[in-house]
Amino acid sequence: MALLEVKDLHTSFFTDAGEVRAVNGVSFTLDRGKVLGIVGESGSGKSVTAYSIMQILAGTGKIVSGSIVLDGQELVGAGEKVMKEVRGNRVSIIFQDPMTSLNPTYTIGHQLMEAILLHTNRNKQQAWDRAVEMLKLVNVNEPEKRMKQYPFEFSGGMRQRVMIAMALACEPDILIADEPTTALDVTIQAGILELMKDIQKELGMAIIMITHDLGVVAQLCDEVIVMYAGGICEKGSADEIFYNPCHEYTKGLMRSIPTADSSGERLEPISGTPIDLLNMPKGCPFAPRCDAAMKICIREKCDIMRINEEHEAACWMNVKNGIGEAK
Amino acid sequence: MSDQKNTQPLIEVKNLKQYFNISTGFFQSKPLKAVDDISFSIREGETLGLVGESGCGKTTAGRTILHLYKPTAGEVIYRGKPIKTAQDIKEFRTKATMVFQDPYSSLDPRMTVADIIGEPLDVHHMYKNAEERREKILELMDHVGLNSEHAARYAHEFSGGQRQRVGIARSLAVNPDFIVCDEPVSALDVSIQAQVINMFDELQEKLNLTYLFIAHDLLVVRHISDRIAVMYLGRMVELADADEIYSRPLHPYTKALMSAVPVPDPKVARANKRVQLSGEIPSPLNAPSGCPFHTRCPYAAEECKQSMPEFKEVESGRFVACHRLAEIN
Repeated sequence: MALLEVKDLHTSFFTDAGEVRAVNGVSFTLDRGKVLGIVGESGSGKSVTAYSIMQILAGTGKIVSGSIVLDGQELVGAGEKVMKEVRGNRVSIIFQDPMTSLNPTYTIGHQLMEAILLHTNRNKQQAWDRAVEMLKLVNVNEPEKRMKQYPFEFSGGMRQRVMIAMALACEPDILIADEPTTALDVTIQAGILELMKDIQKELGMAIIMITHDLGVVAQLCDEVIVMYAGGICEKGSADEIFYNPCHEYTKGLMRSIPTADSSGERLEPISGTPIDLLNMPKGCPFAPRCDAAMKICIREKCDIMRINEEHEAACWMNVKNGIGEAK
Repeated sequence: MSDQKNTQPLIEVKNLKQYFNISTGFFQSKPLKAVDDISFSIREGETLGLVGESGCGKTTAGRTILHLYKPTAGEVIYRGKPIKTAQDIKEFRTKATMVFQDPYSSLDPRMTVADIIGEPLDVHHMYKNAEERREKILELMDHVGLNSEHAARYAHEFSGGQRQRVGIARSLAVNPDFIVCDEPVSALDVSIQAQVINMFDELQEKLNLTYLFIAHDLLVVRHISDRIAVMYLGRMVELADADEIYSRPLHPYTKALMSAVPVPDPKVARANKRVQLSGEIPSPLNAPSGCPFHTRCPYAAEECKQSMPEFKEVESGRFVACHRLAEIN
């Protein structure tokens, strides 16, 4: 059985201007010990999908329908008591900005021990030891000394390491990483990604990596989901997505990244601008920007179809080319 | 671009320094060496990429070249003429402009797009009457792919990519031949980023522009640049042809930087052997003695702690600042 099963998830924000359908029918499964990448541009619904799993949606956000099953337990409508048990304990999250996600008025040690004391039966001394152990795991030098320091005494990369230590302190089954390296420099980013890979191998948890950077996905992920306008365009193994993209949006994304061969030549960008979630078209949400759009794309949304064992995509082009079959 | 190799450089930067005085206590201050003794030149029609991690001084370097900050020492030479007096600076600013990183905060929310683009024309009195001003603005908007109907709108009505187009149109208003682009595509989504990069390329050909392209995304910089300069802690450590610096980096910091680039290709990523760097960038307030990189350098020797390596030409057109260059390559 899959560790996490998300089925037909719909999450909306109810704003004064109308209902914004941020997540629009997302389904996927995550197995133990796998790294799943969710890629997409700003506003594609990748973060909202993660926040829905944790049920930490801001203000007007609400899960409208769908189901999220963690290890056999339904989380949608399960209530705050269950979610408190899940958050930080079974599913942890680290955020993009390590500068603002730590409390500046408490020591690092205090903040690390908080989660441990809340979710386990350890006493203060044991929680301290565990926190030091976690700091060692994420390669923070002199952990005992660092425990007594405040966040301002840490650099960006070090803070992100502390966030990872905090998220992993209770040995969660799933770690959700929401753009964990976007705010960091490349050499620091490489270190954090390597660290996540090592810890994942050591502890065997599953990771959901949310990012807009296809380079990060290529480094870390076993499976990839590509999102656009709140829906899934395409999902499959990393190799399938990178070497055999079957959705026009994914193909466009791959073409628009500069590579070694592209210097001196023009890139091939995706034309137009991202879609307005308040005015979603009837057909494929990518159709207005798609060079290959056909009549049916504008009229009707394509269901997600099976390409092969490791690959699914929602694009009418596959039907035209005879490579997709209905699920 | 390569056929212009023999012409005189458009911009020459000589021993440029920019120190900021940082208060460290009551009546005490200490210089922060944001840019410390950098020299390079840019040929006409060329794009020089400037890369480095946050805090390495690349933005300060760009701004100091434009004299947005008064240089602490050193000089900037434009078409063979050093920029010295206030009059020089004023003239220089009609020839050299800047595109900023954040298209959300660099545009005045209370001005229409036409006024944002037209403001540099007002400042430098570059039109005779209102009709001419309007024509110039519309021509600029056309250059960057904006419709004339956008002229009366405000910045908040645009998406990030369109705002960046407005910023670019504004920087083109005075007919410059040199533009400092400070992370102009970092805030944009991948699909939009490619549109803007292409626009930079097209404008360069059409208007014969010269760019100093500052960015931290190394894939973007390689794509757009002819040559690339790498900065670390206020100093330049390597300067070379764009493809060369990727395929054969010489300085240990450049090696680490290049191997840290996340390549969007799973097979390459799996095979990639990363050069591990220990520690993090020291504070520029307490820059290490000798070579600024020695605290993290895997090859550092005693000599590196003692003396600053000279930034010198090691091959034709290729500059590196490293004591142990011969041993490590």
